[in-house]
Amino acid sequence: MYAYDEIDRTLVNERVSEFRDQVQRRLSGELTEDEFKMLRLQNGVYLQLHAYMFRVAIPYGTLASNQLRALAHIARKYDRGYGHFTTRQNIQFNWIKLSDLPDALADLAEVGIHAMQTSGNNMRNVTSDQWAGVAPGEIEDPRIWSELIRQHTTLHPEFSFLPRKFKIAITASEHDRAAIKVHDIGLKLIKNEKGETGFEVLVGGGLGRTPFIGKTIKHFVHGRDILSYIEAILRVYNQYGRRDNIYKARIKILVHELGIEKFSREVEEEWQQIRNSSLQIDDEVIEDIRSRFTYPSYEKLPHMPDELRQAAADPDFEAWRKNSVAPHKVQGYSIVTISLKPTGGPPGDATAEQMDVLADLADKYSFGEIRVGHEQNLALPHVAKRDLPALWKALDKLGLATPNVNLITDIIACPGLDYCSLANARSIPIAQELTRRFANHELANLIGRLHINISGCINACGHHHVGHIGILGVEKNGEEVYQITIGGRADENAALGTLIGPGVKFDEVADVVEDIVEAYLALRERPEELFMDTVKRLGVEPFKERVYATR
Amino acid sequence: MTSPLQQKLKITGPSIVTANRTWDGVVIYRTAAKDWSEQLADAAIVRNADEAKALLAESVADDVGAIGPYIAPVQVDDAGKILPGNLREEIRRTGVTIDLPV
Repeated sequence: MYAYDEIDRTLVNERVSEFRDQVQRRLSGELTEDEFKMLRLQNGVYLQLHAYMFRVAIPYGTLASNQLRALAHIARKYDRGYGHFTTRQNIQFNWIKLSDLPDALADLAEVGIHAMQTSGNNMRNVTSDQWAGVAPGEIEDPRIWSELIRQHTTLHPEFSFLPRKFKIAITASEHDRAAIKVHDIGLKLIKNEKGETGFEVLVGGGLGRTPFIGKTIKHFVHGRDILSYIEAILRVYNQYGRRDNIYKARIKILVHELGIEKFSREVEEEWQQIRNSSLQIDDEVIEDIRSRFTYPSYEKLPHMPDELRQAAADPDFEAWRKNSVAPHKVQGYSIVTISLKPTGGPPGDATAEQMDVLADLADKYSFGEIRVGHEQNLALPHVAKRDLPALWKALDKLGLATPNVNLITDIIACPGLDYCSLANARSIPIAQELTRRFANHELANLIGRLHINISGCINACGHHHVGHIGILGVEKNGEEVYQITIGGRADENAALGTLIGPGVKFDEVADVVEDIVEAYLALRERPEELFMDTVKRLGVEPFKERVYATR
Repeated sequence: MTSPLQQKLKITGPSIVTANRTWDGVVIYRTAAKDWSEQLADAAIVRNADEAKALLAESVADDVGAIGPYIAPVQVDDAGKILPGNLREEIRRTGVTIDLPV
């Protein structure tokens, strides 16, 4: 966990006071909506279909148990008893009143949580691997660098009025769980030949209307230079990014139009002017941040405790363990992913009760720490293997032990037309129907790893472009129509999916997915060949033929 | 269901002005009495671009009471009952089409 210092606490508290004053002036009519809009957006407040939506940042996906309880409190006191975890390590509350927002922010500030820069044309929440600090083989904990960037960019005047929003993600593992290749800047922690810590820097990734996979702009930037290098990228973007056309304003368009070579030359030129400035980071700064992260005092535990051996006889436990439990860097411990994708449930939603009990379970079994992943699931990062059976029972009682992590029902979906003012079609009911269709866990396991991503409009909050099966809802002649893509992925081999044909109607989407899955099961050469392997081997044609043969 | 935020003003049939109430965000409809109501049944109906622009203008003028007024299509049945003109407005009127998780 990271402990805020006095500067952070003062900043957050002052921001609450400012916003309280701004809301009062808005409600009294002293501020018009035009004047107020940017102020509310800078505090994570959107207007959606039915109400205001409040987006709260969970920097690099790390939550303490008292912070999760505070989120439960917000859901219960100011909203309708639940929250929605997003694809960028935020949580959203869908029904909050503007008049309650200052109090909600004040309650969150007490536990060091805020909503700054969760909206608007600024640097958004810096995201990272939800297994940061515990994943085996990691270069080092990427949250230290995430925190450095968070501190530097929060309320930075130069980054507060960018041409468009700007998102950074950081990973320190070979297997990318932070989707860095579809971010404006993606950072991969690496070591150079001297053993020094630095970053491979990618730029210009993004989804939305015009999707691009990020390109490597620099193969190694030393850690001490990372702020100046990021600043150089942002300066070039600030100077040349389009402000006249919202659809062409993201950095990905600039990188695409200039070309990565020209863009990198511009960045290099800028960087040479600022790299030896005060932006160069002293080791002490990094060590100070590192010292504010606390790590558990792990016990020396056996690799295979008796409790785990005995529980293995229970097939339900084993189904969950195989699916939800991942290796930890410390022997005797595990990382436990908690699926927020129950059969028939909205992906990513958690009730206040679930959050409260989960906070208790985190205290009991995970040193009080919870993680949030971009797949809209949670994780307990430090669970002793001996505790896995007891944890599983507790999660099961809470409805949080669905054994479907990374399987076909572990669906990423945006709120869609049920909530979102930009959406053209519903996402959640499609996801719910698919979770019912594939509710049989034996079938889901037979299918194996398969990610479905659903977006309710071209803005792609459900990351449909990078779903193994991507579903995009559009509107055609007043009806919801869904375009299906195949072959996308968001990991270290990130790729955009290929459209397989004309859109299908709302009622047909689950049938189409079933057809694709049946085709895959028939086409794969062996059970170990994953869906993406089959797509890679055969292309999309066989799937297209299967889907449209009878349509 | 193209978002009205992305649409141009185009009146092809009976329409109303809808917005969200400023202090709590609740869906509201502009009435003929130059006020707001939570009930679609109370909405003032306009049938051409001039009427729509006039209703929108008076709605926008109430910047304290309402946020984001826009023109939305409706259907009016033989009995005079006003119905939402598309799924988006139906969802705004009746709520989400899914069971809430609580």
